[in-house]
Amino acid sequence: METIIDKSLEELFEEKIANEIRIEPKDWMPEQYRKTLVRQISQHAHSEIVGMLPEGNWITRAPSLKRKAILLSKVQDEAGHGLYLYSAAETLGTSRDQMIADLHSGKAKYSSIFNYPTLSWADIGAIGWLVDGAAIMNQVPLIRTSYGPYARAMVRVCKEESFHQRQGFEIMMTLCNGAPAQKKMAQEAFNRWWWPTLMMFGPKDSESPNTEQSMRWKIKRFTNDELRQRFVDMMVPQAEFLGLTVPDKDLTWNEAKNGYDFGDVDWEEFWNVVKGNGPCNKDRLSTRVKAHEEGAWVREAALAHAQKRAQREAEKQA
Amino acid sequence: MDLQHTPTAALQNYSPELRVLLFDYTLQLADTSLILGHRLSEWCGHGPILEQDLAMANIALDLIGETRSLYQYAAELEGKGRTEDDLAYLREAVEYKNPLLVEQPNGDFADTVMRQFIFDGFHFFLLKDLQNSPDPGLAGIAAKSFKEASYHLKWSSEWIIRLGDGTEESKRRIEKALSNLWRYSGELFAMTQTEKQLAQASFIPEYSALQPQWEAHVAKVFAEATLEVPQNVFMQKGGKTGLHTEHLGYLLTELQYLQRAYPGLEW
Repeated sequence: METIIDKSLEELFEEKIANEIRIEPKDWMPEQYRKTLVRQISQHAHSEIVGMLPEGNWITRAPSLKRKAILLSKVQDEAGHGLYLYSAAETLGTSRDQMIADLHSGKAKYSSIFNYPTLSWADIGAIGWLVDGAAIMNQVPLIRTSYGPYARAMVRVCKEESFHQRQGFEIMMTLCNGAPAQKKMAQEAFNRWWWPTLMMFGPKDSESPNTEQSMRWKIKRFTNDELRQRFVDMMVPQAEFLGLTVPDKDLTWNEAKNGYDFGDVDWEEFWNVVKGNGPCNKDRLSTRVKAHEEGAWVREAALAHAQKRAQREAEKQA
Repeated sequence: MDLQHTPTAALQNYSPELRVLLFDYTLQLADTSLILGHRLSEWCGHGPILEQDLAMANIALDLIGETRSLYQYAAELEGKGRTEDDLAYLREAVEYKNPLLVEQPNGDFADTVMRQFIFDGFHFFLLKDLQNSPDPGLAGIAAKSFKEASYHLKWSSEWIIRLGDGTEESKRRIEKALSNLWRYSGELFAMTQTEKQLAQASFIPEYSALQPQWEAHVAKVFAEATLEVPQNVFMQKGGKTGLHTEHLGYLLTELQYLQRAYPGLEW
């Protein structure tokens, strides 16, 4: 008679994956599954934190009090996302301190999109509309990802991201319906962010080493190219609605596939930015390192005070 | 809703002089929240730890929310068709009425915490009283912001204690912040002509009644933080009458940049 005990831990794990049962922190999991998740979730958390910087740039220059409040609250949401993603990753046995150290040493990556500069107010609209749009496309399937804490964190993240995307689109719409200078600002931002956004889906499937295993483990649900295609199909009509021109001379509607054909992403630029040669890689990382180093004494003081307090409590008890 | 007590209905019974006084005062409160909220928002993404990044953004958001209500009300009191954004983005530094304290640069985290603590106590006791103002506009905004200010005061008081009674370095830094910023605390309680007239008419409290409450709170927190309350410090003032430190001009240059570069557009 076959009993549960006869099955290996690995078989049990595979069975759960096959039956769409969530893997939870205390469950046995293959070491490689754990590693893949720590890499992906911490990378995601780092992206939220580094992603605060390009938009944070414009909080002090936002053009109205309403926009200022919305932007500040958006960037604050990103800090919140970072917090719950770090917590989700910590359930896999890696501390936040370790993850941050890996970010600062360059060992861990974050989304390359944040290595591009925000040069005008329209970039804030373009980021919300395009970058958050692409993030949602990447992240909605993660609500069904096989690791429980990650999936649950993504429910909340996605809700807030879709709110951010609407705000971004609304900024673009205001600019596109505004004065010629504002429309120009919007088109320029669109030109700058379109291609880097397409790169957010990652390398072509044929060159994505992690995709196959991640799909098998149901960490990932769609391939990079599938998501990129969906994104283009979704965004082109929105750009047309705004009266913006997609900066791609090869863009054409393909009736047969019921989607757009589009030009080739500049993969050389993509790999360059990944390697650290993007316009802002050095600045972003050194800004994070600086904040962390300058905050060291604050963290030490908080810890020292908590210890003093605990000691006094213990003395009182004794 | 009792129409007699809505802000708009109340305004109809005010003399033009009273409206000017209330406009001036509301504008001063709005400028103060805006400048401090703006300063705190400069921390966003650069905090010493993620949780405190979130906390400072929260406080900044509360202050900017309060700012918007106050400017909207000020615009209504003035009745000249100006908007909240006209008031925030199209006035010069000399027209700003915030006290000097809130425009001081962030410095390190100790400076920011000390600036916040000095202000939060004042803000807390002022709003507590303003909720009972016979002016429904001010009373309503104060009631909403008072809850937030209670949280701000708790946050900054706890940090004063942590930094004062933390490590040697944190003690040294918070003492330095105290010696830099204490000289701006007096202005908070020094009443302008506008404030004096409104207090006389019982629209706002006498600040001399707020000050002992504030001092008691400061003394209590400082005692726990092992900090000494500075004595005989010369108090700087001027911000509330438009005489600012040099810092405000730079802050406004950044804040007002888009409205100044592209006049009259919607964003």
